[in-house]
Amino acid sequence: MIRSLLVDRYLLVVSTLSFLTAVVRTGMSLRARVFPRGRFNFFAIAIGFVFQTAFLWVRGHELGRCPLTNLFEVFAFLAWSVALVYMLIGPAYRLSLMGAFTAPLVVVLQGFALLAPIDFRHTRKLSPNPWLEFHASMSLIAYGVFALAGIAGVMYLVQERQLKTRQLHSIFYHLPPLTDLYAAITRLLWWGLALYTLGLASGFFIGQPLPRIQIFCAMAIWLLYAAIINGRHLSWFAPRRVAALCICGFAAAMTLLWGITFSAQLH
Amino acid sequence: MKVFCVGLSHHTAKVETRERFGRTLETERLLRENGCAEALVLDTCNRVEVYAVAERELSTGEVARCVARKLDHDVTDDAATFYRYEDAECAQHLFRVASGLDSMVVGETEVLGQAKKAYEAARACGAAGPYLHRLFQRAFRVAKQVRTNTDITRGAVSVGSVAAELAGKIFGDLSKCKVLLLGTGEAGERTARALVSRGVRTLRVSNRSAERAQELASAVRATAVPFEEWMDHCRNIDILITSISTEKPLLTRDNFEPVIAQRRLTPLFIIDIAVPRNVDPAVNILEGIYLYDLDALHSVARQALEMRRQHVTAAEEIIAEHVTAFSQMLFRGLQREPSRDLHPPVGETPSVSGAV
Repeated sequence: MIRSLLVDRYLLVVSTLSFLTAVVRTGMSLRARVFPRGRFNFFAIAIGFVFQTAFLWVRGHELGRCPLTNLFEVFAFLAWSVALVYMLIGPAYRLSLMGAFTAPLVVVLQGFALLAPIDFRHTRKLSPNPWLEFHASMSLIAYGVFALAGIAGVMYLVQERQLKTRQLHSIFYHLPPLTDLYAAITRLLWWGLALYTLGLASGFFIGQPLPRIQIFCAMAIWLLYAAIINGRHLSWFAPRRVAALCICGFAAAMTLLWGITFSAQLH
Repeated sequence: MKVFCVGLSHHTAKVETRERFGRTLETERLLRENGCAEALVLDTCNRVEVYAVAERELSTGEVARCVARKLDHDVTDDAATFYRYEDAECAQHLFRVASGLDSMVVGETEVLGQAKKAYEAARACGAAGPYLHRLFQRAFRVAKQVRTNTDITRGAVSVGSVAAELAGKIFGDLSKCKVLLLGTGEAGERTARALVSRGVRTLRVSNRSAERAQELASAVRATAVPFEEWMDHCRNIDILITSISTEKPLLTRDNFEPVIAQRRLTPLFIIDIAVPRNVDPAVNILEGIYLYDLDALHSVARQALEMRRQHVTAAEEIIAEHVTAFSQMLFRGLQREPSRDLHPPVGETPSVSGAV
């Protein structure tokens, strides 16, 4: 068991190093002000994703259920969701440089998971609950989509600022057009909200009472994203504000996720 | 066999000297008569260069005489403006030229197309043999690698192309963009044409003189709009180009805010190329407005040029690697002297069996 524990952590370490390679490469490109074309970041993230998946598989096999039993696993699963969504939408929407922005987020999430003492093992074996596992995993994949919306938001703001100030740096020429980024943000918000709704709805079928604070936090996140989408479609918010709200929304969601997971652990 | 390049360019000769030289109907014949086994003339507005392979050493003066536009032209004085590169240096020079490093505007790509055309022409008439084939094929590869691995060709460097590039960065697909050209000045027209060349299909023209607006609209396949209505059109356009002669700004924050309110926060790119300016700089503060006046466009062009210059070192490194590889190949090639079938004098086509 301890051996297996070590193996799965090593898998996550290798995955983090792979994402870190993409981050270092991006850092070097930024410094040299050269962004070579090619798919280095995509492949580095793909390799990282393979090791993330291997980690989740080993951990899940050991637990006999979806590996979402503590904060460490939640962070690892969230990082996996972010990489998964990037690999699905990055090439589809032709959002160049999105990998350069995604890799640092994954490194932060996994680095924190590995360094912080949050990998507490439950003393008693948790019995599988398909609805609970579906609810948690779907919610975290939705978080991954919201993370990508936040990343697209950062890319939008970087480019918008350069256009407004007329100070165009090398990175400017590699970012997707503003209109394309905004369209991607909109689609990601819709996908995220749909998946989150599914995750939320499935929470009512888990067959055990949930703490009120968890329900309240989950509803707050849902309402926040619903308000952003509503504001975007009714033109209450300018595109720049929508981009900024995506970043703030994800930061708020992460804070609440922490709260939800922490309270669930106490529960 | 010696591979060499003799030529003159904007670096060494003024236009009045450059215009006295170029490729003529006689050039290939003269080069052949002077002993060139292979020869290619790269003739552009900024350079006239002869790339050749010969058994004996051809003097710079001899080559200069071959590319003089007038056969009786005395090249003695002009010969000093010619440069000469041999073997590895010749390869390095061509690789720099093809990559746009030697161009007046660093990183321009037009010269690569011109080099390809010159090579095709030389190949078609049998003037380019195995040495020049290897040299130019590698030059094209180097240019491609430089373009791919550096940002040397990135960023527009003229006002019209900067405007078109920025429009592309804001809107992506320009075919759906609606453009209003205010004024019928030459600079405005050039900018509008640059946008049309990037895919803009809906163009409207407005001017104080309706006749002139109609005239320009017909020339650029646009729709003429009465001058009194141009502000109304700002409600549903994506790009506004202004080049009206006026003392006071036509567009200020105060008179534009009501229009902005009706645009439902869609972005508007304003290109103000008039002097004095037609648009108050404060308009740029408004949400979704990207205002670029002439100075701003020039500044972007300068930044792009500066960025290109920063990438010259990286490009030179790529070129150096290829020069080394090519020199080794050339050395091996010289040891194994190509057969006459493969390597006929200028004007003769390589034999089929030899080519195979």
